[in-house]
Amino acid sequence: MAYVAVKGGEQAIDNAHAWLAEERRGDTGTPALSIPQIEEQLGRAVDRVMAEGSLYDRELAALAIKQAQGDLIEAAFLLRAYRTTLPRFAHSKPVETATMRIERRVSAVFKDLPGGQVLGPTYDYTHRLLDFGLMEDTAAVPPAEPIAAAVLEAMPLVPDILGREGLLEPDVRSEHEPRDLTREPLTFPAERDVRLQALARGDEGFLLGLGYSTQRGYGGSHPFAGEIRMGEVSVEIEPAELGFAIDIGDLVLTECQMVNQFKGSKTVPPQFTRGYGLVFGFGERKAMAMALVDRAMRAEELGEDVTAPAQNVEFVLYHSDNIEATGFVEHLKLPHYVDFQSELENLRRIRENAG
Amino acid sequence: MKGYNFAYLDDQTKRMIRRGLLKAVAIPGHQVPFGSREMPLPYGWGTGGIQVTASILGAGDVLKVIDQGADDTTNAVSIRRFFARTAGVATTTSTAEATVIQTRHRIPEKQLREDQIIVYQVPQPEPLSRLEPSRVETKRMHGLADYGLMHVKLYEDIARYGQISISYDYPVMVNERYLMSPSPIPAFDNPKMDMMPALQLFGAGREKRIYAIPPWTRVKSLDFADFPFRAIRAPQACGLCGATDSYLDEVVTDNHGGRLFVCSDTDHCSERRAGFEEAAE
Repeated sequence: MAYVAVKGGEQAIDNAHAWLAEERRGDTGTPALSIPQIEEQLGRAVDRVMAEGSLYDRELAALAIKQAQGDLIEAAFLLRAYRTTLPRFAHSKPVETATMRIERRVSAVFKDLPGGQVLGPTYDYTHRLLDFGLMEDTAAVPPAEPIAAAVLEAMPLVPDILGREGLLEPDVRSEHEPRDLTREPLTFPAERDVRLQALARGDEGFLLGLGYSTQRGYGGSHPFAGEIRMGEVSVEIEPAELGFAIDIGDLVLTECQMVNQFKGSKTVPPQFTRGYGLVFGFGERKAMAMALVDRAMRAEELGEDVTAPAQNVEFVLYHSDNIEATGFVEHLKLPHYVDFQSELENLRRIRENAG
Repeated sequence: MKGYNFAYLDDQTKRMIRRGLLKAVAIPGHQVPFGSREMPLPYGWGTGGIQVTASILGAGDVLKVIDQGADDTTNAVSIRRFFARTAGVATTTSTAEATVIQTRHRIPEKQLREDQIIVYQVPQPEPLSRLEPSRVETKRMHGLADYGLMHVKLYEDIARYGQISISYDYPVMVNERYLMSPSPIPAFDNPKMDMMPALQLFGAGREKRIYAIPPWTRVKSLDFADFPFRAIRAPQACGLCGATDSYLDEVVTDNHGGRLFVCSDTDHCSERRAGFEEAAE
C-alpha cells in the first residue's frame, strides 16, 4: 500500500528548526552580524520594527531583525510577543513634541517660519544612484555640520501658528483616558485615540497604499504637509508616591501634521482640518500616510460622505495590523484537509444532483 | 519554564480571560470580546484556543491536542509541546484519558464526558461574516436575533444546488437564541455538539472573541422543516479499521486516481485496530 500515515511531526519540526538556524547563519566564512551593527547601520529597519512591534527598544529590535533574517514583519512579531509578557508599572505623561530636540523639521506650507526648515538626515534630495563606494566602505565619514543652536531655540508647531488666526480647527482634548488596544479589544464606534493607536502600530505598506488611495480620489481631502518633525523627546512618569514627574528616558519620534481643506458645514465655518501621524523612530513615510488615513477616517465626524476604503473605520482598523494579517493569510498553509474533504463530498453530491 | 508564568500567560491576563469565559458560559453562543494577547505562535495557528487552554489548565490536567482530528499533525505537535514546556502538564493522545482537549477542525468520535472540556480554535467567530462584513451590523443582528439573512442564504442554496452548500463551519443555533459558528469542523461533527456532556469553549485570538456552550445545551444546525440538516461524510469505510460511521480523510495514493479513505480521528482508528488485535489473540 502506498499510503504513509502523516507521522513524524515531532521530528519534522526539529529538523526544520535546525535547517532554519543553519540558513540564518549562512556561510560561516562570512563574519556574523553583530547586534550593534544592525542597530547602527540598519537604523531604518530598526525603526520600522519598533513601530510595528509597538516596543521602543533598539537593541531588542536589532536582535529580532537578526533572528528573523531581516524579515521585518516576522521581527515585529517577535517584539510583539515579547512585549505582551512585560509588566506595566506606570503610564507616561503625554510626550511634548513641541519641545522635541529637532533633527529634522520641514513645512510645505510656509517658505520660512520661526525656527526655519531643517532637512536633517534625509534621502529626499539624494540621487538614487548605487554608491559602489559602499561596497568596500573603508573611507572615514566626515562629521556632519551640527544644527545651529539658535535655530533650535524656537521651533513652534506649525499648526499652532495657523491656529492663532482661527483658520485651523482647534485640537480638542479628549474627555476620557485614552484606551489601549493592547489590553482591550477593538470595539466600534472607535474613537480617534483608538484609531491613532491602531495606525501607529499598523503596517507601513498598508497605510501607504491607503494614504495614496486618498490622493488618487478615493476619499480625497486636499492635504498639505503642514509640518513634519523628527527628533528626540523625553518620556516622563509621575509615580503616585512621589507626586512629581521624573524623566525615564528618551524616544525618537516622527510627527506629521497634515493640514486639509474643508468646505465647512452648517455649524462650522470653512477652515483647515487636521490629520495626524506619529510613529516611533524615523518613519516619515509612515507618519505621512498615517496622517492622510487619520484625516480620511474623520469623514463621518466632519459630515463628509463615507465612500472610500480609507474612510471606512472598520475596514482600516481591522486590516491595518500586519501581525494579524500575516497570521491569517499564512495560516492557509496549515492543514485544511478535513474541510477540503467535506467540500469534495459536497461538490460530488451537487454534481450528482445536477446530472 | 524559567522566566514565564505557569502556562505562559500572566495571572492578570488569565483572570481577564476567565471572566470572559464565565460570561460566555452564562450566555451560551454569545460572542464575548476579550483582550486577546499576542502569543508566541502566529494568529491563525490557534492563539484563541491556546489562550483559553492556558487560562483553564491546572497542574493536574491531562492535555490532548488535535488538528484535523490527528494528534501528530505538525501544528498539534507544536501546541502540545508549547504546553508541555510552559505548564509541564501531562499530555496524551487518548481521548478518554484527556481532561482538556484542544482541537482544530474536528470533534473526537468518542463521546466526551462531563469531566472533560473541549477547546476549539476559531478563525472567524462571526457566523454572519460572509453575508455581512461589518461587525457593527452583525452585532445589531445578534442583538435582535435577526437571522433572516442566513435563512435566505440557505434557501438560495437549495434553490440553486438542490442542497445546502455549506459543508463545514455550518451555522448552529445555540439554546434557541444565538446563531453561532461551530468553528470549521465538518458539518458531520455538528450533531455531536448537541447536548454534549462536556463543556465546550471557543477561542478566537485574532478576532478577540470567546464563546461557549455549557454542558447539556441544545445546539441545532440550521435547516428547514421540509429540508432537514444532513451530515455529510465520504460514503466509504475506513481503509485501516473498517469504520463506516467515522469521518474520513481522503488520501491520494497514486497518479491514477487511487484513493484511500482513512479515519481522520487517529486515536479512534488506532484504538479500534488495537481492539481487533486483542480479539484475535
